[in-house]
Amino acid sequence: MTINEKQDALIEDFDLFDDQLEKTQYIIDLGKKLPPIAEEYKTDENLIKGCQSRVWLHTEMRGERVYFEADSEPTAQISKGLVSLLIKILSGEKPEDVANADLYFIEKIGMSTIITSRRAGGLASMIVRMKDFAQKQLIA
Amino acid sequence: MLDIQKIRQDFPILNEVVHGKSLVYFDNAATTQKPLIVLEALANYYGHYNANIHRGIHFLAEKATSAFEATRHKIQIFLNAPRVEEIIFTYGTTDGINLVAQSFGRSFLKEGDEIIISTLEHHSNIVPWQMLCQEKGCVLRVIPINDAGELLMDEFEKMLSERTKLVSVVHVSNALGTINPVAEIVKKAHNVGAKVLIDGAQATSHIDIDVQALDCDFYVFSLHKLYGPTGMGVLYGKTEILEAMPPYRGGGEMIKEVTFEKTTYNELPYKFEAGTPNIADVVATKMAVDYVEELGKKAIADYEQELLVYGTDALSDIEGLQIVGTAKEKVSVLSFVMEGIHPQDIGVILDQQGIAVRTGHHCTQPLMKRLGLVGTSRASFAVYNTKEEIDKLVVGLERVKKMLG
Repeated sequence: MTINEKQDALIEDFDLFDDQLEKTQYIIDLGKKLPPIAEEYKTDENLIKGCQSRVWLHTEMRGERVYFEADSEPTAQISKGLVSLLIKILSGEKPEDVANADLYFIEKIGMSTIITSRRAGGLASMIVRMKDFAQKQLIA
Repeated sequence: MLDIQKIRQDFPILNEVVHGKSLVYFDNAATTQKPLIVLEALANYYGHYNANIHRGIHFLAEKATSAFEATRHKIQIFLNAPRVEEIIFTYGTTDGINLVAQSFGRSFLKEGDEIIISTLEHHSNIVPWQMLCQEKGCVLRVIPINDAGELLMDEFEKMLSERTKLVSVVHVSNALGTINPVAEIVKKAHNVGAKVLIDGAQATSHIDIDVQALDCDFYVFSLHKLYGPTGMGVLYGKTEILEAMPPYRGGGEMIKEVTFEKTTYNELPYKFEAGTPNIADVVATKMAVDYVEELGKKAIADYEQELLVYGTDALSDIEGLQIVGTAKEKVSVLSFVMEGIHPQDIGVILDQQGIAVRTGHHCTQPLMKRLGLVGTSRASFAVYNTKEEIDKLVVGLERVKKMLG
């Protein structure tokens, strides 16, 4: 599946719920299924700045594709859910596709204020960091 | 007795629907909503007498000038300031503190002098002093607090010495609602010859302010937390101190005479009001103060205390919820944490139920560190809030627990 096909499938899943609270519940439940990041990756360098909740992101290149692992502190369950969605959509894709991805699913599932608001800030920074990493692979 | 339902009709925004739910606005410590008379005053100013003030000789300029200066008189009475020229218009509390730091601080503080602040301070009453200390080699000292969020006055007294040149403390904590004993602080600081600035950002909508009774040297606040417009603040200062302070922004309005060789400065308060001021918001401010005075400060405070007691009881009954900030003297601010739940998640799920609260460190990172917290969720009540809305908050928080527990 391409990034957009994955996003479309996700939007379809969320369309099953009419209520934003149910959508949020679904995000929380998805977060619970996110495999924990390896302790060795929970470094200061991998910590996303500007988060109300702490989020770590590990990036790596395997073959032709970029892979991401991430986790948030355990109490930040909505962040964790959103982190799991971003990983689902972007991890294992080609660098150029990640770098150029238009993540329209965020708005469609009603989460744009959480991801983009400056105070909540960190997830937007996480996206920037994922894209930056992909961009660097293109240059290298 | 205030008629709260009638008061609510004065605030059109309270009828907004968010996420399909009626808005419950509990973010009043961040900014209060504005009554219709303030909104109308803004429209009326721009619609009928917008003009630049003070130097114009035409009708509109005259009208705008007198409305602008009428607000200054209103604020003078509101603060019980001895003189009208002691009321300097600023862009807000932060701007007022920076003015004092840059003008008073840079002129009168020197290496080794001490500035005392408290653990409860908002970043806006920390950073300007740190910048000053860095420049002048002054020392910043911090009054500690107890676990309830009250200042340790004994420790404060021990800090005072002839090196203390300025004490700058918050009247009411934005994060916890603690009311500080500012009159006592002023008295003790004056005993060692220090000047005192009080950050009244969170106080003016809840407490009667009398700068003469307090005897403070500076008092700063923002109007947008007092049912008035944003971008409008006040610095009160004692005449003799303001007179001695140099202007810190140069430009129009603040001058008497300019030649390329030398400029003489205007008198108070204009010396500190360079450039075209925020005329519309200054004009509309008068209506906000009128509104508060009409309801009565005492009646507002009594009603808000009723909400605080009701809210404290209601939230205390929620298992796993802990109220942060339990000072004996506090305004209608309820900060809280919930076991195992991140404040941000609380904010998001309440928002989806139409309830606006603030989450995070509330621009008081050192305070959060002292309390061992990353942040709190904060519900802050204003005169238009109701017990029914607090009931909705309780239901909302039960939902939070159900979703995240």
